[in-house]
Amino acid sequence: MKVKLHGTRGAYPTSSPTNQTYGGNTSCIEVIHGDERIIIDAGTGILGVDFDRYYKASRINILLTHLHMDHIQGLAFCKPLFNPKKEVHIWGPSGSSESLQSRLNRFLSPPLFPIPLRDIPATLIIKELPNTNFKIGKFEISSEYISHPGPTVGFRIKCGSKSITYMPDHEPVIGKSHLFPDDDWVSGFNLAYQSDLLIHDSQYSKKEYQTKVGWGHSSLEIAAEFCSRAKAKHLILFHHDPTNTDDERTEMFKTFMSTVNYDFPIELAVQGQEIEV
Amino acid sequence: MPAHEIEIILSRQLADCLTVPVFIVNPEGTLLFYNEPAEGILGKKFQDTGPMPVDDWGTSFFPHDEDGKDLNPLELPLVQTIRNKVPAHKTFWIKSLNGKSTKISVTSIPIIGRSKVFSGAMAIFWDNEVKL
Repeated sequence: MKVKLHGTRGAYPTSSPTNQTYGGNTSCIEVIHGDERIIIDAGTGILGVDFDRYYKASRINILLTHLHMDHIQGLAFCKPLFNPKKEVHIWGPSGSSESLQSRLNRFLSPPLFPIPLRDIPATLIIKELPNTNFKIGKFEISSEYISHPGPTVGFRIKCGSKSITYMPDHEPVIGKSHLFPDDDWVSGFNLAYQSDLLIHDSQYSKKEYQTKVGWGHSSLEIAAEFCSRAKAKHLILFHHDPTNTDDERTEMFKTFMSTVNYDFPIELAVQGQEIEV
Repeated sequence: MPAHEIEIILSRQLADCLTVPVFIVNPEGTLLFYNEPAEGILGKKFQDTGPMPVDDWGTSFFPHDEDGKDLNPLELPLVQTIRNKVPAHKTFWIKSLNGKSTKISVTSIPIIGRSKVFSGAMAIFWDNEVKL
């Protein structure tokens, strides 16, 4: 499998000379195996997906972790939605009462967007995800609710013997700087367990997290502790705070790395980066 | 051991933040967690008891009526919620492990998440003689 990071920024897209290294597009990754591809999250990063080149088949699969704006903002401008020959399958978390289609329609309809969901030219197939396992081509996918405000799932994608876990927005333990000592009390643990690659929220520094408790995001320290506890083999720190410049993010990462000694690689996510798994 | 469902994990996180005593059980009635304020009433720390089957915790804290007669575990609100998946409420006495009898009121609610799966139940209880 290969993962391409099309958008690594959290909260809102940002474009300035000071954030070109890690990128300014919001969450979107593409998981690739041979000719098969799935897209996860539809932040502005989805606009960097080369649909003309790689999506010759009519069916396109887009998985959404949740419906916060930074994860769906690019959906409105996603080219296949405006191609009547395309069949776009959108998978996203179930809510308590309102359907996924209805919740999506609140964004993709006037006055926020000129075209209501029902008038999108492509054939839209919207599927709700509770805690469940399903298959798309060769990808075996597990979705599970995780700790983040509003209905939010994390994904584990398995293909052959390799697995990738994607949790761009996740606060494993609200209000604590460390996880509970027992693994069975750690949100998202099952999804991440022994993954070959973990792409995990790390929006804040340790100090910033103290004033952002309950906002649904992790510090670099919490992300790394989570990865270590789950015995995942490679950590990509994701969902960069848009208020951080590249230099600030780099400095934050260096400071963090100087205080820890984990036995797995840890990297900051870089927009456009491709990772072989 | 697989992790608990998110609704149970978040219930514990909520319980950790509360000054009212809280009990959390799974669908089989196994006691998964009780918070620090509950430890004060029950007379034992959770880290010392760990998870307990319903038959154990239903009698370990000696629930009784005002005449001192033992309550059948089936009368306990949390046990009723586990059986019926509906909220329950009752006022009764418990004798903690240190021998003190306390009059408490217990309200229990089912924990049912977005998947509509019954994940367990949570009981919040009050020492009727203490003002929170």
